[in-house]
Amino acid sequence: MEDEREVMEAAMEAGHILLENGAEIFRVEETISRICKHYGITSSNAFVLSNGIFATSGNAAEESFAKVQHIPVSGSHLNRVAAVNQLSREIEENRYTIAEVKERLAQIRTMPGKSRHMLILASGVGSGAFCYLYGGSLIDCLAAFLTGLIVYLFVLFVSAPYLSKMVSGIAGGAVATMACMMLYHLGIGRHLNQMIIGSIIPLVPGVAFTNAIRDIADENYIAGSVRMLDAMLVFFGIAMGVGFVLTILQRLTGGAML
Amino acid sequence: MTGQVLAAIIGTVAFSVLYSVPRAYYPHCGFIGGAGWLVYCLLIPHTTAPEATFFAAILVVLLSRMSAVWERCPVTIFLISGIFPLVPGGGVYWTAYYIVTNQMELAARTGFMAVKVAVAIVLGIVLVFQLPQKVFHMGKTRNKERKL
Repeated sequence: MEDEREVMEAAMEAGHILLENGAEIFRVEETISRICKHYGITSSNAFVLSNGIFATSGNAAEESFAKVQHIPVSGSHLNRVAAVNQLSREIEENRYTIAEVKERLAQIRTMPGKSRHMLILASGVGSGAFCYLYGGSLIDCLAAFLTGLIVYLFVLFVSAPYLSKMVSGIAGGAVATMACMMLYHLGIGRHLNQMIIGSIIPLVPGVAFTNAIRDIADENYIAGSVRMLDAMLVFFGIAMGVGFVLTILQRLTGGAML
Repeated sequence: MTGQVLAAIIGTVAFSVLYSVPRAYYPHCGFIGGAGWLVYCLLIPHTTAPEATFFAAILVVLLSRMSAVWERCPVTIFLISGIFPLVPGGGVYWTAYYIVTNQMELAARTGFMAVKVAVAIVLGIVLVFQLPQKVFHMGKTRNKERKL
């Protein structure tokens, strides 16, 4: 049956988009099974890990289908998660044929995120705001804003294309600290510590951390612990990067700076 | 305090931009982040950081689940940026700082404090997600019940 195959492919594609963009495991599993059920496949089964989906279907009445998809974790575009969720609701209201679903999924797949300028600006604003939350003055916030821009430029053009997660944590932490040191020396910003805290915040793996907790709470221990490890490694990486630069500076200046 | 809450709102919205949250939900995210931080600020003079974080996290998760039901979209969208101000980013930094400057006792103390705060967030999230979905559907026309 060509039809069943199409349905399974579409369901897996929906799962793929969800998983790739930072949805929880149960949402991926539920979406796949809802789409299958709606189009009349009762024998479908999906097993979802943090970086892969295994799906099968088939029994006496339905033809067998099996597929494994490896899904490397990439950026988090929550707008795509929302769009797939909406699509799955609309499917249940009988609005689409399977061909239309495939078309919609292809659209969602290429749905644009924010432009690079917007991301960099958001990182700067976030850094400034968090610098204030951690007790920085307004001039410190301005400095953190600038370093937040630099940090995200680094993330977009160096970390994301070339570096592994752990190394990007270390490098990102180091870049943030060095940028803060430089501004501090130029006389922009008075509280070095608060400036650094503000500028490392955009590097913090918020999606991985929150999803890890939710997956573990849902008893998806394998995916949850992998995501938790992912988050922890990045956390430690940032701390190491910061610590590394601070140590070198302390050696160079004899501790006067700190 | 007003400045603090305002900064939390701005910071939360900035992070929802960073995670490509659909534009229509920026106000929700900002409100949730601001409300969480307000609770934290109100409690912190009377309690320890993990306790204040715990109650703030509970409020953030409650509001996120409500928004998810009202707006019919995944709770992740509101939760991730809303919880951000509570994440112990400062604690991680100070721990690294004290280790580098060889103040091991302080390093251990701040490190444990950061872990405690993280555990408080975990507890808040886990507890509120145990509430059945029905609770959040009250006062809302019910279509098929569905985990958000």
